[in-house]
Amino acid sequence: MNTLILRTIVPILTSLMVIYSIIVLLSGHNQPGGGFIGGLIAASAFALYGIACGVAPVRRALYFHPISISGFGMFLAALSGFPSLYEHVPYLTGLWWFPEIAKGVEVPLSTPLIFDIGVWLVVVGSLVSIALALEEKV
Amino acid sequence: MIGFAVLTPFFAALFAPLLVYLIGHRAAWILAIVPGYLAYRLLEFTAPVARGERILQSHSWLEGFQVNYSFMIDGLSLTFAFLILGIGFFIVIYAGGYLKGHPHLGRFLATLLAFMGSMLGLVLADNLITLFVFWELTSITSFLLIGFDHERMAARRAALQALIITGLGGLVMLAGFALIGIVGGTFELSELLTKGDEIKQHGLYSLMFWLVMAGAFTKSAQVPFHSWLPNAMEAPTPVSAYLHSATMVKAGVYLLMRTYPMLGETDLWETVLPIFGGTTLIVGTVLAVRDTDMKLMLAYTTVASLGLLVMMLGVGNERAVEGAVLYLVAHSFFKGALFMVVGTVDHEAGTRQIDKLSGLRSAMPITALAAMLAALSMCGLPPFVGFLAKESIYHAVTHGGWHEGIIAGVAIIGNALMFGVAASIAIRPFTGKWVDPPKAVHEGSVMLVLGPIVLSILGLATALFVLEMMQAHFFKPMISAVAGQDVAVDLHLWGGLNPALVLSVLTVGLGLFVFVYFKKFRKAFDGILNFIGWGPDKGFDQAICVLGFVARHVTRLLQSGEMRTYMRATLFVVAITLLWPMYQFEVWPLRPQFPELRLWEAGVFGILAVGILQVIFSKTRLTAIVSLGIQGFSVALIFMMFGAPDLSFTQFMVETLSVVIIALVLTRLRLMQHDGRGPAAFLFDGLVAIGVGVGMGALLMAITEAPLDMRLSEFFSTYSAAIAHGRNIVNVILVDFRALDTLGEITVVLITGVAALALIRVRSSEKADEKTTSTMTGGSDAEGENALAGKDAS
Amino acid sequence: MESYLSILVGLYFAGSVFLLLSQSLIRVLIGIALLGNAVNLLIFTAGRITRGVPPIVPDGLKAASSSIANPLPQALILTAIVISFALFAFVLVLTYRAYEATGTDNTSKMRVAEPTETIRLPEGY
Repeated sequence: MNTLILRTIVPILTSLMVIYSIIVLLSGHNQPGGGFIGGLIAASAFALYGIACGVAPVRRALYFHPISISGFGMFLAALSGFPSLYEHVPYLTGLWWFPEIAKGVEVPLSTPLIFDIGVWLVVVGSLVSIALALEEKV
Repeated sequence: MIGFAVLTPFFAALFAPLLVYLIGHRAAWILAIVPGYLAYRLLEFTAPVARGERILQSHSWLEGFQVNYSFMIDGLSLTFAFLILGIGFFIVIYAGGYLKGHPHLGRFLATLLAFMGSMLGLVLADNLITLFVFWELTSITSFLLIGFDHERMAARRAALQALIITGLGGLVMLAGFALIGIVGGTFELSELLTKGDEIKQHGLYSLMFWLVMAGAFTKSAQVPFHSWLPNAMEAPTPVSAYLHSATMVKAGVYLLMRTYPMLGETDLWETVLPIFGGTTLIVGTVLAVRDTDMKLMLAYTTVASLGLLVMMLGVGNERAVEGAVLYLVAHSFFKGALFMVVGTVDHEAGTRQIDKLSGLRSAMPITALAAMLAALSMCGLPPFVGFLAKESIYHAVTHGGWHEGIIAGVAIIGNALMFGVAASIAIRPFTGKWVDPPKAVHEGSVMLVLGPIVLSILGLATALFVLEMMQAHFFKPMISAVAGQDVAVDLHLWGGLNPALVLSVLTVGLGLFVFVYFKKFRKAFDGILNFIGWGPDKGFDQAICVLGFVARHVTRLLQSGEMRTYMRATLFVVAITLLWPMYQFEVWPLRPQFPELRLWEAGVFGILAVGILQVIFSKTRLTAIVSLGIQGFSVALIFMMFGAPDLSFTQFMVETLSVVIIALVLTRLRLMQHDGRGPAAFLFDGLVAIGVGVGMGALLMAITEAPLDMRLSEFFSTYSAAIAHGRNIVNVILVDFRALDTLGEITVVLITGVAALALIRVRSSEKADEKTTSTMTGGSDAEGENALAGKDAS
Repeated sequence: MESYLSILVGLYFAGSVFLLLSQSLIRVLIGIALLGNAVNLLIFTAGRITRGVPPIVPDGLKAASSSIANPLPQALILTAIVISFALFAFVLVLTYRAYEATGTDNTSKMRVAEPTETIRLPEGY
């Protein structure tokens, strides 16, 4: 796979996959998708990038260490449970806001969404961490 | 109050180390107050006990199991308590002098006091289970005492041997106690003692008898369990003097005396006890004569004395009980004194070999006097209490049938040999012409001579001056308590010319003969014993060796160290667990339904089956990876076809990633063409695999034939959009309804990531240390798939 | 329909167990991978099978119709897939490290923790 075509095409492919994974993540509540699937897509994207162009560019592109990303996701997911405590409902109960950003356009925001983003980050971080480690000649 | 008194020595033990730290060996004087004061407080019970009363005190402990922290004071337990506390008083003081300046004196005194408390609890306990607890406490504390000098292997071995023998005996005894408790309906000795007939006529009587005897015989060092006692001489002398005169070894005799009204006076009892006791008496004396170490000689005579006591308890008349009781008290006095004498000689002269000591009389007059008085009592000469004991013993066996004759003969031989040993120990080191011992010798300190002299004088005074009082307050109540009925006791130093006196004279005559020709006897016995060449002591080593051997093989059998063996065992059990209940309870799937498949469904199922089979039998990396992919994607298709797009999606991504990372690893790890399974292994593994497969398949089929509770699924379906604002029910379950579960699951994902990273970091730091280049070349050959790992592109 | 899948699940388990019993670590690894799929499919089948209709509430309706696929096992399996994959990846790294450290991928020759030589019994007390 160490070919010119692949090396040319993979950065574009990777960015497309990552964007798609975010779409899957955000639409997951109403259509097939969600944090787990989105995370797997993004992880595959980075793994592919690593195979085509080497590990170092991936690490540069991620900027943070993958396991730090995973840890942050864990933190976010755990944090998303706390707002419910202010409402005197059990930990991790879903809360919703529907702010109107324009006339007639509501954006549903919720703590489950934040939780799902946390899941996405955990999956991406952990799997990319393992995949990159294996790609680095183990 | 008795319960508290029993605990007092334990409390005192807690403070012993501190006290020794503060004032050194003089702490022994203060600590001796504990047994002294306890004995003083017990005096108030002598009057009621002499009237034949019995004092009971009870605190509930485990009521549901009829286990009470209860205590009983009667003639038997009171006398024992006085012996334990009285001798304990002198031993504590003696220990302070003997181990003066020893760095662990505090620990020693603490253990000694704890042992005293255990012993006290043992003899005073009314509840059988409480008795057992204190019984095993004495085993444990004596383990610590015998192994006090733990830096020597001999001491460790002796301690371990004592613990194993007496501890095991105690455990067996517990089973006997449980049986007695069940049969008698109570664990309280005070009640059980009145139910003797009920117990003796029970069908399980002989079992109860043997179980309890196991405890008594091991504790009282009866042949063949006697070896721990002489070995326990590894302990410092105060321990030997205490454990082997009045306490530990007497616990077994106490148990026999205690259970005498309950289990005694049956044919079994009167056969077994004399046989064990008589054998022990003879073996003990022979071993005592053979040895030259005075401490060991005394230890073996202790074995012999215990044999004599057990034998007398097995005679079965009140005279014999009287003899045993008197001998027990006499033995406690003279043996305690003699052990301390030998310890003092060892301490001051530097050796306790009888051949190397002579003429010490002038240097150690008080010790010599104590030795002489104690030995006279041991020899059974008037006017000592030992003489009274021997008279009673001979009385008991001179008006019966032939088996009493045998007992009398054994007793005479044993007593004559003991006479010789006692006389040798008391006379040879102290008389004769002066021989320079290894150390400059002088009289022991006050702490060292107080105990021996008082105890040996007691042996004289008891018989000579206070016989009336002792008889009324101690001997008669104790004999009555043992016999289980009121016994008339009439003791006199001069009982007229009777057969017992004749036997006594005969014993003394034989004893003198043994004393005069002591070295000849020693040589003869040494020859015999060397000829036999094997004893229980060696047997103990062999038993331990066999234990190690068996343990090694069992371990090797269960832990072969081969993962495959473990896996086989585990999965074989899984297969059996799945199939056997189905067979046993006939829950096979009964109505398997095979509706007509659509074409693509049949196709996917077929591909999946082929994929699995190909994974199993693939010989190369490429086929393995490809077929692994095939089965994974087939599963994804199944999810797709049956209404699970989320799963399908996830499965696709996971399979893609799996193939990538497996390929990465397999480029460096070669897949062997054959997995090294022989035909037999192949067959076995195949059968196990088919067993598990059939089991799981059948189980699943049976499950799906039963109705399914859909309430939870319906709840999620109904409320997903309504209250959780989500249309994808699966996702709503994950992030909202069951979000806490998901939180746990992503924690697992995070942990695997961290763990994998840690593994790799460990490796890279190792590599940095070794500064070696990677030698992993397993995947460099061209099979095509190593191109997958073309990460060298940059 | 469940009967077909039960047979496939049985086949899956049989294959997985057969590979798990191998001495070759790679085969054991593949066995673990198969085991994950086997269990997922088991749960899926135990939750009953329906053709088509995913568990998604259609636009405009407040609740799903009653003939949708069972969403509960799907939620269980979704996380199970990801976890078993993460675990698989970890085991893969572990295997590779073990191979690197011991120089073999034969489980019978990996005897660091349980060496083959005879256990020495203590000689004293």
